[in-house]
Amino acid sequence: MLELYIVLILMIIGAIIAVETKSILSSIVALGKVGLGLTIAFLILKAPDLAIVQLVVEILTLIILIRATLGRDVKYTKENQNWGVKFLSIILIIIFLIFSYNVLQSLPEFGNPILKVADYYIENGMKETGAANLVTSVILDFRAFDTLGEATVLFTAILGALAVLRKNGIKDKDTKENKGVQGD
Amino acid sequence: MIYFLCFILFSIGLYSILTKRNLIKIIIGISIVDYAINLFFILVGYRMNGRSPILEKGEEIERIVDPLPQAVVLTSIVIGLAVTALLVAIAIRIYEKYGTFDINEIKELKG
Repeated sequence: MLELYIVLILMIIGAIIAVETKSILSSIVALGKVGLGLTIAFLILKAPDLAIVQLVVEILTLIILIRATLGRDVKYTKENQNWGVKFLSIILIIIFLIFSYNVLQSLPEFGNPILKVADYYIENGMKETGAANLVTSVILDFRAFDTLGEATVLFTAILGALAVLRKNGIKDKDTKENKGVQGD
Repeated sequence: MIYFLCFILFSIGLYSILTKRNLIKIIIGISIVDYAINLFFILVGYRMNGRSPILEKGEEIERIVDPLPQAVVLTSIVIGLAVTALLVAIAIRIYEKYGTFDINEIKELKG
């Protein structure tokens, strides 16, 4: 399990760089490093389907975020001078970590999960669905309604993004509002 | 201990959401929180020296990792991408209207 610790520590370092660096582009690239580290962690944790999906999603996230910043005049961010907000949020996070440390003691030890629902899936998944990949049998057969809900959420989010980004029909309203603002 | 490292990753994302002024940095923080939660689910389902949940002929179904968190997280990863795309679309519109990503300079959104 040493390699898992190494990957997690590298992910934490990448996250700190992504949050603290001033250049937006290097920050996005550091976020990509965190996501690819997550891919390797999934491979170590014996979840190959998730590793494939995470790799594709990570590359798409990188492209979307670079598209958002490319060609805009925001190469560098200004530092937040408000020390009160920083101090308060660090105190909040420390309290959160103390609580989470106490709660995590009550979880089963790492490497020994309590398989109760999944026992049924493992024993009967092959017989009832005929899928050799148990993850597929859970997604598409035992919990197919869950996947239907996922498709609904996905469709709604993409519909929202298109509605926000569309140019037609919104122009008249925009110019009117701009005129109103200038008039004020 | 490994759960705690995962929570440290979560709190880095939380810190970014709470203190940064740039909209892109806030989106990056949300993504980091997303990664940390997904990783935590998979860590809970892991079995020491386990096999991946893919059956082969003639092999015993023992020491297999938990397939349920993997199925749930597969859903969660894709939804995370859609949420990021929606946030970036809103950020692009805000930039077109106000010419900045800095949330302190967007006066009209102040509550």
